[in-house]
Amino acid sequence: MKIHEYQGKQILKKFGVTVPRGIHCTTVDDAVKAAETLGGKVWVVKAQIHAGGRGKGGGVKVATSLEKVREYASQILGMQLITHQTGPEGQKVRHLLIEEGADIQHEYYVAALTDRATQSVAIMASYEGGMDIEEVAHKTPEKIVKVFVNPLVGLTDEQGMTLAKGMGMNEASIPQCIDTLKKLYTCYMETDASLAEINPLIHEADGTVKALDAKFNFDSNALYRQEEIVAMRDLDEEDADEIEASKFDLAYISLDGNIGCLVNGAGLAMATMDTIKLFGAEPANFLDVGGGATTEKVTEAFKIMLKNPKVKGILVNIFGGIMKCDTIATGVVAAAKETHLSVPLVVRMKGTNEDMGKQILKDSGLPIISADSMAEAATKIVAAVK
Amino acid sequence: MSIFINKDTRIITQGITGKTGQFHTEKCQEYANGKECFVAGVNPKKAGESIFNIPIYASVKEAAAETGATVSVIYVPPPGAAAAIWEAVEADLDLAICITEGIPVRDMLILRNKMKEKEAKGGKKTLLLGPNCPGLITPDEVKIGIMPGHIHRKGRIGVVSRSGTLTYEAVGQLTEIGLGQSSAVGIGGDPINGLKHIDVMKAFNDDPETDAVIMIGEIGGPDEAEAAMWCKENMKKPVVGFIAGVTAPAGKRMGHAGALISGGADTADAKLAIMEECGFKVTRNPSEMAKLLKAML
Repeated sequence: MKIHEYQGKQILKKFGVTVPRGIHCTTVDDAVKAAETLGGKVWVVKAQIHAGGRGKGGGVKVATSLEKVREYASQILGMQLITHQTGPEGQKVRHLLIEEGADIQHEYYVAALTDRATQSVAIMASYEGGMDIEEVAHKTPEKIVKVFVNPLVGLTDEQGMTLAKGMGMNEASIPQCIDTLKKLYTCYMETDASLAEINPLIHEADGTVKALDAKFNFDSNALYRQEEIVAMRDLDEEDADEIEASKFDLAYISLDGNIGCLVNGAGLAMATMDTIKLFGAEPANFLDVGGGATTEKVTEAFKIMLKNPKVKGILVNIFGGIMKCDTIATGVVAAAKETHLSVPLVVRMKGTNEDMGKQILKDSGLPIISADSMAEAATKIVAAVK
Repeated sequence: MSIFINKDTRIITQGITGKTGQFHTEKCQEYANGKECFVAGVNPKKAGESIFNIPIYASVKEAAAETGATVSVIYVPPPGAAAAIWEAVEADLDLAICITEGIPVRDMLILRNKMKEKEAKGGKKTLLLGPNCPGLITPDEVKIGIMPGHIHRKGRIGVVSRSGTLTYEAVGQLTEIGLGQSSAVGIGGDPINGLKHIDVMKAFNDDPETDAVIMIGEIGGPDEAEAAMWCKENMKKPVVGFIAGVTAPAGKRMGHAGALISGGADTADAKLAIMEECGFKVTRNPSEMAKLLKAML
């Protein structure tokens, strides 16, 4: 689960990380009022969407007068902000963050994330903040310094120093930098984050270390014990179909192709998508119906897939284990009837009660194409949509 | 022979009284020597009772002491699952198999480091399979987990995969063309887990009754590449490899910094390339896994 920058900064602040003073708002008038409340002569008007790269897309502006705050807020609020992470259609801006200006002496990068290989928390830092860190990692990986934190020990002073020195932190700011890194680590653990990134982290002329941005991802498995984080969820920023699917305990991700697929199990679902591509078409979605699919669940899955106007055909691939093929077949028939299915449907079923399942499909009177292997199913659906 | 488990393995079930635990315990009991193998259940509130003729004990330690069981299978719901695994580790079992899906990553991070700390201090090493895995099976001997038993046949091919249904797919293909399995192991789809591909490949390499292996992976993480690199130097048996997720969108689950730390080496294409370089016969067509393997024997 992702949150907005202004929410991320609230969390950082709660854990003692210094952030600029700022006010979240949703109207132009409130944006101007926020600037007045903050005082000073310089303000930053920042679009709040869940994607990165907002500055480059024109979603972050520095204003030197209240008139400019009004002008920028009107420009940004409601715009379709296009960044490298939003896709070509962009994301509508519904929230703004108005912040006091910062006295930026240098921009650094820091992030915490879970490292699978070492089964620890990796903290990364770089002198090259404020820009696309993926590019830094690609071109000059030596400019990124990493430490691996044992969760039984926590971030040590020594590791903090390695990071602060390695990222070329301003000498006078090193103690506060180490303190900030420790707080970032604590925040990462206590909120069940899967990513906590500050880009940029800056130092100001008086040595203050400040987080000018905050990006968080949270472990969806842990949301049951993170009420405060769950309250920050913004459904406007998420894919409507994915939300609808999650209500029925379906894992759904929409893609760009034209073959809808319904599969049990994430690995098999990916393998099915890959097979579709291998035989010359592109999958329209990833959809895992999970282990305990009912007729209702299969019907919902069909409805969600068919909402996508690009879908020209559907491939169902089930390996029956605990889930029986006859149950799925009944569900598929009911779903095809209820949705008045008008695109070709190929069903491949293996495993428990396979023959019963196939018979149900055959007896349904529907034009369902049957297949024995994934490859055969893909060949047939690709041919059917051409 | 087989890897990790056989007909003589004695097993404790943690979470035996829950809905999932009951359902699968019954299926596991019905399979091959299941009635002899599943000897104990754990539930502190129901100690002294029994379920499916399996006695229930208050703790893993007590269950192990009373029955001599050395393996545990865990169906405990996510909030208590990491603690359940730790209980099995503290009881010095040989192997804990955690089926539970949805355990918070932080719980697993802390648990894995506690396990390593115990080993570093000279404590007994308990192997962990999973979490979020289908379990493992040695056909015609014992099934521990949620896989459909009837698709398996006894034989000499090893199967290892992260995903449940993709493991069944490989097993189903093998059985269909007349190749049985020595053991089939699902290591699970979570980012922080116990046994990895490399550990299972080592076990298959050492098993005199395994002739060849199908190794199946997915996008994300360094595990498959690590296993392939080890195999290049050490594996004496033919391996067929498949990686799911060539068409999976980048960054959908992992954020910005996640892709960074792996340096882009965890795409399906990158993993397939490394596996091929390390001597695996790789395929991009998952329907051909068993056929390819047969051609190598």
